[in-house]
Amino acid sequence: MTKKKDGKRNDNGWEPRIVAFLCNWCSYAGADLAGVSRIQYPPNVSVIRVPCSGRINPLFVLKALQSGADGVLVSGCHPGDCHYISGNLYARRKFALLKSLLEYVGIEPERVQFSWVSAAEGVRFAEILEKVIDAVREVGPASKMVKELEEVT
Amino acid sequence: MSQAEDALRKEVRKLFENKTIDLFVGHEAAGVPLKTSACFLSSADEVERLVWNASCAANLAVYLPQLFKRPQGARGEWNPPKVGVVVKGCDSRSIVGLIKEKQIPRDRLYLIGVGCEGMIDRHKAAKALGAVGLAEAKIDGTSVHIIGTDGTQRSFESEEILADSCRECRHRSAVLSDVVLSEASEQPPESSRYTDVSDFESQSPDERWEYLVSELSRCIRCYACREACPNCYCQECFADETAPKWLGVTTDLSEVFAFHLGRVLHQAGRCVDCGACVAACPQGINLRLLNQKVNRDVEELFGVESNLSLDEAEALLSFKMEDDQSFMTEP
Repeated sequence: MTKKKDGKRNDNGWEPRIVAFLCNWCSYAGADLAGVSRIQYPPNVSVIRVPCSGRINPLFVLKALQSGADGVLVSGCHPGDCHYISGNLYARRKFALLKSLLEYVGIEPERVQFSWVSAAEGVRFAEILEKVIDAVREVGPASKMVKELEEVT
Repeated sequence: MSQAEDALRKEVRKLFENKTIDLFVGHEAAGVPLKTSACFLSSADEVERLVWNASCAANLAVYLPQLFKRPQGARGEWNPPKVGVVVKGCDSRSIVGLIKEKQIPRDRLYLIGVGCEGMIDRHKAAKALGAVGLAEAKIDGTSVHIIGTDGTQRSFESEEILADSCRECRHRSAVLSDVVLSEASEQPPESSRYTDVSDFESQSPDERWEYLVSELSRCIRCYACREACPNCYCQECFADETAPKWLGVTTDLSEVFAFHLGRVLHQAGRCVDCGACVAACPQGINLRLLNQKVNRDVEELFGVESNLSLDEAEALLSFKMEDDQSFMTEP
């Protein structure tokens, strides 16, 4: 893992690494707004832009966990605001099942989180991200779904 | 030969003679006690092969999509065959799902509904007998007489050695059929459902994880669970895809978890708990623990039980504005 520039490190020198799947029309724009408004949010996040929260395949989340992400944040438009009318409403059902299943198998519920952030909510994005990172920091480095073996391609 | 079996053979003979069907899919005796295999009949002369008893556990719906695929190289017009199938409650629900997903045409199917009193789990039977294997078994109505490979014998009430999914089954009679030969008797009480899931949930997260590690570390990723499942008809399964490569070709346990979690999520709102995956697993992994969790969530969160009718949309192909979102993170 790369060293963090903000110098925020906890005792054992570990900083959580978060993968955020943000929808193009709301949450990604919200994150962008946070940036241009100069709202500080932790740099532990790698953003992946997707067309819609309905594009999120639960396998994306599993793959992120396998690849060593300590936490995954998925964010889309508020219900009713989807650019594609109802992508986030279909997605919400998938998310509910995925979240519940991961908790069921024993993975910390803090690791995979879902939220709604609109394009106007830069502050909200920063707050949610901070909350997620704090929660992941609390539960420590991921171990359960992480793939240990090197992939041979 | 039981009455039900006789009635079934008569019905199938009639269907062939009236040319209602070109092909019949049913169960026939396999060489192994308490096991049957699927059989495909194409004429009335073959109906004597058909059996119907408490060992007809296979979900016949799994064979149907391939029967309606246009053969490669077929030129001009191709008429799909008219296929008759003998269906229990679970087979019929799987067929409802396949029709809704446009994998099989309703008008080319002739479904014979039979009441099912639950199917025997042969591994459970061997375990209850205390024998390594089964040498011989005789089913007579609801009582089963079993002789083990070591010579021990015992009679069971079939109730004692039913498969787990049959114990909790609430839909023993076909939900979709063209003719009904028999209806199933009483259904188990509501309270017995999902007990495995709630028991498992009462453990701590680490205990749950450890248990699943012990179960899934036995998985050899043979994908027999997928092959046995009527819902798994994808041309290319995510487990086999190479671009993107969801699962690596390694022995890492995270791949096994990703496969099984991906598998049950793909079953969400579609699984009818027929138990085919459990019966197919050569390693005896408790797959049902994961399936049933998703089934219960779908029922509790979205208020639908999978594939009970042709009119109801599948849970993940529909939504409600007021769906639960209490799990979402708020600042």
